[in-house]
Amino acid sequence: MSDANINEIRRLITRHKRWDKLFALIGLLAMLVGVATLAVLFIDLLIDGAPRISWDFFTSFPSRHPGSAGILSAFVGTCLVMLVTALTAVPLGVAAAVYLEEYAPRNWVTDLIEINVTNLAGVPSIVYGLLALGLFVYALGFGQSILSAGLTLALLILPMVIVATRESIRSVPGAIREAAYAVGATKWQTVSDHVLPYSTGGILTGVIIGLARAIGETAPVITIGALTFIAFLPPAPIKAEAPFVSADWLFAPFTVMPIQMFNWLSRPEEAFQINAAAAGVILIVMTLAMNAFAIWLRYRFRKRIKW
Amino acid sequence: MSTPSIQVPASGDTARRFTPNRWRHVHERVIESLLFLAALSSVMITVAIVVMLVYESLGFFKHVSVWDFLTDTQWTPLFSDKHYGVLPLVSGTLVTSGVALAVAVPLGTIIAIYLSEFAPHKVRETMKPALELLAGVPTIVYGYFALLFVTPILQKIFPGLPGFNMLSAGIVMGVMIIPYVSSVSEDAMHAVPMHIREGSYAMGATRFQTAIRVVTPAAASGIIAAYILGISRAVGETMVVAVAAGMQPNLTWNPAEPAATITAYIVQVSLGDLPHGSLEYQSIFAVGLVLIIMTLIFNVLGHWLRRRYREAY
Repeated sequence: MSDANINEIRRLITRHKRWDKLFALIGLLAMLVGVATLAVLFIDLLIDGAPRISWDFFTSFPSRHPGSAGILSAFVGTCLVMLVTALTAVPLGVAAAVYLEEYAPRNWVTDLIEINVTNLAGVPSIVYGLLALGLFVYALGFGQSILSAGLTLALLILPMVIVATRESIRSVPGAIREAAYAVGATKWQTVSDHVLPYSTGGILTGVIIGLARAIGETAPVITIGALTFIAFLPPAPIKAEAPFVSADWLFAPFTVMPIQMFNWLSRPEEAFQINAAAAGVILIVMTLAMNAFAIWLRYRFRKRIKW
Repeated sequence: MSTPSIQVPASGDTARRFTPNRWRHVHERVIESLLFLAALSSVMITVAIVVMLVYESLGFFKHVSVWDFLTDTQWTPLFSDKHYGVLPLVSGTLVTSGVALAVAVPLGTIIAIYLSEFAPHKVRETMKPALELLAGVPTIVYGYFALLFVTPILQKIFPGLPGFNMLSAGIVMGVMIIPYVSSVSEDAMHAVPMHIREGSYAMGATRFQTAIRVVTPAAASGIIAAYILGISRAVGETMVVAVAAGMQPNLTWNPAEPAATITAYIVQVSLGDLPHGSLEYQSIFAVGLVLIIMTLIFNVLGHWLRRRYREAY
């Protein structure tokens, strides 16, 4: 190959390398579009809604007067619904994941379950709302209650909990299990004393991200018929007389934060839209804080565990 | 050298320890069955969804013929002159999803290529979770953003744009699904073995040429999976379109017009006090069935494409 030829190739490569720089710039810009949208969205909400955020906003019921309306019933509703969701989705999801990772034999039933979990994650959330409307609200007679909503959102985040738990369990090295078996532990003892404790970090991360998603979900909860105007709190879970605890709150009508926001947003008066912005700020802070906590948790656990 | 002495427990004790413990065996079996039932619950959910949608839809189709449902061009179940043609809802769903994909696919793919092939390690590790936060924002907040921020801006660019329109809802939805597209595509590109890139560099290819002609085709199957995930999200997305696209069913392919999607119709009916068993009640299950079938079609298509473009190393 002659020198002239090599020089020509060199020039060609140099010319092509300009595209590298150009694309790096385009890539950076594309990424900025995403991040900038997030920032603009938050700042826009903050500008519109910040003047409304005060202590009164948290402690007032919704009202016909936008100035005195608050999110008390929606906030309490969200907390109670999340409680039901977590108490249902976590045991069910972790148990399913443990079965799939540690117990499941290689056969068509396992394949069916695995394919099914993947597909469930792709089902639109509003379809879960339709299922819950037919099943929980009418067939099982739970009514338009906190229990129905909690169970609906639990079904929705179940695939997320299962996937996160499986990944976490899979990262526990096989040597740990073999060591447990070697000293005579049964399978369940191995799982409950070793595998699960070591995968707590990953499971917790998945659960928190799932709950953050559930807090913001509006569509399935509207479908089961959450009310948009609730000016009372559900009955307290603890009573003065025996038997001291009561499950009445599970069957109480309710509203949640995103539905309250939707309700305010769909009104024509601008004052209500300011309330919607304020509710949006609180909602976004809650979900982003949960996501950030989950990321931090994952980072911390990853750093601490060295096999 | 002395032989190490092994502590041997009293013989009775040893015997008890080494006899198979039946209770222990039963205990293990019970736990395994419980765990199996938990795993099976996910299958039960799918079965329940299908049964519920089909059962209520059958009730709906006793009153409305399937032919009318699929060919009538009006959807007016809440008016006195009732028409049950699902086409306007399907067109609304497809147009908003189309706009969303027109935003999310190019941006998501460029971001994925940039993060996987160009960005320094540190940028990748910080920007990926930051972008994923976009998917963590509640959809109702995006609805607010579309209606009260994006629409006014679009109205300045296109005077005469109505206050509710599919364009604004679609654009915002597109930004929302960027992380689904970029994150999954990036994972796929990252999984392409290094030696394939090295082969390309050895031939004198630049970074950009390697990314476009070598890495992207090699990761095509994963990138298609990412697009399908994005489509599924867009088709099933509810609150953004319910808030910003208006709720009037409108058979149009023009994104500048207001229209209702399948999901927006379900929300609209659910907000009213719908009597159990009425035709309106059954209609939301019928359109829900259409929604599921649409997502299913996209997924099957995606599965077929992925198989076609799969490359094994």
